[in-house]
Amino acid sequence: MAAIYSLYIINKSGGLIYYKDYGSAGRMDTNDTLRVASLWHSMHAISQQLSPVSGCSGIELLQADTFDLHCFQSLTGTKFFAVCEPGTQQIESLLKYVYELYTDYVLKNPFYEIEMPIRCELFDMNLTQSVQKDRVALLGQ
Amino acid sequence: MIGVGKVKQYGNVLDKPLNKGKTEVSLSAFAFLFSELVQYNQTQVDNIGELERRLEDAGYAVGARVLELLCHRDKGNRRETRLLGILSFVHSTVWKVLFGKVADSLEKGTEHEDEYMISEKELLVNKFISIPKDMGTFNCGAFVAGIVRGVLDGAGFPAVVTAHFVPMEGQQRPRTTILIKFAEEVLLREARLG
Repeated sequence: MAAIYSLYIINKSGGLIYYKDYGSAGRMDTNDTLRVASLWHSMHAISQQLSPVSGCSGIELLQADTFDLHCFQSLTGTKFFAVCEPGTQQIESLLKYVYELYTDYVLKNPFYEIEMPIRCELFDMNLTQSVQKDRVALLGQ
Repeated sequence: MIGVGKVKQYGNVLDKPLNKGKTEVSLSAFAFLFSELVQYNQTQVDNIGELERRLEDAGYAVGARVLELLCHRDKGNRRETRLLGILSFVHSTVWKVLFGKVADSLEKGTEHEDEYMISEKELLVNKFISIPKDMGTFNCGAFVAGIVRGVLDGAGFPAVVTAHFVPMEGQQRPRTTILIKFAEEVLLREARLG
């Protein structure tokens, strides 16, 4: 069954603002998640410079033996990336949907300070609902 | 004929006829504006009670104007004199114009004679707002409570209006209740009118 292991959101300076773990392997330590986030932020930036073609917008997909990493960068530099099982479909559209949820329930929240860790109940609720829905849809196939 | 089929542009917004209207506004645009209103007021106050009061005052100004406009547009300049009349005006007409739908329910309070409640599953202004845990019972619906207070005050029914979250079992989000407590004189007048 194709599944998503974890979801990260990082702000434009590379700091982790949201981390959600869906895997059964257990939660990563907070410090480790922060390290992974800033590591990815730097790799993403370096890849833009390394590209032989000009106008590269950074890594979109990283494929390894045991996982796939999909990354979506918004126009403002906020990055949404998900670590999932190899061969999972439609993570791109899920990431775009998470971006929509972010603009709705985080940015329109007057109690959210921009670039700070996300602590919005509505965002969590809707995110869980949509990932659940995706899971059910995949199981039904 | 000249000008047929073209929308007439008014130089001054005060020249626009009052009967035109009922246009739609982007929800996102309103949400951002309201979010900014709340954030601005947060910087001006020291505590949550003050913040609620400020939001209410902002709503009061809206309510007073909405009453005048709707009396002219929808009611043909007739004035409501009875309690139930003004309450159903707020519950249906005002809600329809401001939020695009009538309020979910209008109830009379069981404990006190002077209390009425307008309930809504989710207030439009609260649609995208998650209150942090450390703010306790603060509700941005205080803005809507202010609007209701403005309408009632302008119509001659002074009242104290507040917004409350009422947790519902089986639902993750609590529903919102606007509690209206009328002043003594309103009830006396109502009793006199029979």
